[in-house]
Amino acid sequence: MTWFIDHLDLVWTRTLQHAYLAGLPLVIGLLLALPLGWLARRYRPLFVPLIAGFGLLYTIPSLALFVLMPAIIGTQIISPTNVIVGLTLYTLALLVRTVADGLGAVPESVKQSATAMGYTPVKRFFAVDLPLAVPVISAGLRVAAVSNVSIASVATIIGIPQLGLFFSDGFSRDFYDPLIVGIVGCVVLALVFDGVILLLTRAFTPWVRATGSRA
Amino acid sequence: MIPNILGWLFDPAHWSGSDGIASRIVEHLWYSALAMVLACLIAIPAGLAIGHTGRGRFLAVNLAGAARAIPSLGLLYLMVLWLFPKLAGDSAFLVPAIIVLVVLAIPPIMAGAYSGVEGVDPGARDAAKGMGMTGMQVLRQVEVPCALPLIFSGVRSAILQVIATATLAAVAGTGGLGRFIIDGQKVHEFAQMASGAILVAVLALVIDLLMSLVQRSVVSPGLGAGPATSGRAGRRSRTAPSGNTPVDVEIDSSGRTVDAPAR
Repeated sequence: MTWFIDHLDLVWTRTLQHAYLAGLPLVIGLLLALPLGWLARRYRPLFVPLIAGFGLLYTIPSLALFVLMPAIIGTQIISPTNVIVGLTLYTLALLVRTVADGLGAVPESVKQSATAMGYTPVKRFFAVDLPLAVPVISAGLRVAAVSNVSIASVATIIGIPQLGLFFSDGFSRDFYDPLIVGIVGCVVLALVFDGVILLLTRAFTPWVRATGSRA
Repeated sequence: MIPNILGWLFDPAHWSGSDGIASRIVEHLWYSALAMVLACLIAIPAGLAIGHTGRGRFLAVNLAGAARAIPSLGLLYLMVLWLFPKLAGDSAFLVPAIIVLVVLAIPPIMAGAYSGVEGVDPGARDAAKGMGMTGMQVLRQVEVPCALPLIFSGVRSAILQVIATATLAAVAGTGGLGRFIIDGQKVHEFAQMASGAILVAVLALVIDLLMSLVQRSVVSPGLGAGPATSGRAGRRSRTAPSGNTPVDVEIDSSGRTVDAPAR
């Protein structure tokens, strides 16, 4: 405990680094998954290649992906970009499917009503389909958030600063305190991410509380 | 850079010997298989019991959610630090690593088993009871076969995590393909690191492909699982067991945890 208090600054810095490494890919991944998921749903022949293709990314072990990044995108081996791109790919692997599923779960009658009320396809997507898909997309995003936080700590092995460095600190010095601080820090960060996504979901889906139903 | 990596990877000298690629692959498979067998022995009966009786579901869902948040690398270091002084020889490295792999593999396998059994058509279950089957017979002859797609989905998800994490175990001193990544980094030899990474990625893909073939031959064609049918039009329902991609179980189980706070 004294170790934790003495190193509060370092813990905070690494928590912020960790939040950036794990959080940025979530945002980028979500922004990319929305059009990709829509494409998979809109154009049937694209569904299988898109879903299977991104699903395949998930089979690549994280450390392998981080190590191979420099060979693929030409970065330095210790560049945080490797981790950000890698985690973005994992986020996509989870979210493209979730977005496609969420959009697919919007009832046909609702879409037809919206069209009958004069919604253009673009306006209907943003005003009707997407909001109704939010609960499903959010479920996928929560899984991605928690796994990103955990996977980001693997970047320790390639020497990128984040909470995981406390693991190797503690391990190499045979000292439990930093190790525990690192693990607890990761779990707390994952819970914070989860909480933020839940709050955002509630803000975007006021009807769930109003009617007690999930779309 | 690429020719360099391929040069290292296909150099025959790197394939033979006790620290060569061939024996590292065998080690990697051995750790993964051992962990998966232990995890299945624990998680499948537990998951089936939860799905069949409906008891303990809340606990299982939350434990699985919490387990996902624990960084596996941190857990690995912690286990080695704690158990290493208590063990002797090679097992001092191996036992902590296997424990971590088992802990990691249990939640997805269990989630696949209980959500699979829960998702069985109640009509099929009622019909089986109506024919006079006992609870155990219903489980073995109706629920388990019907739940197989999701059980497989959970097991495949677990295998991928185990193979990925067995790579990390090299930092704690075990063998396996992670050795090339760790050792390559120590001597600043990127070709060796990248070769290790390629080998792990290919191993994961091959094992997942093999599992999908096993799944296709074991699961009843009437359940419509497998890549050949999963893309068919008309499969819109999210609740249908379309569990081919390993990701399904995760989404599925988290979808349920979303339900809880939403009331």
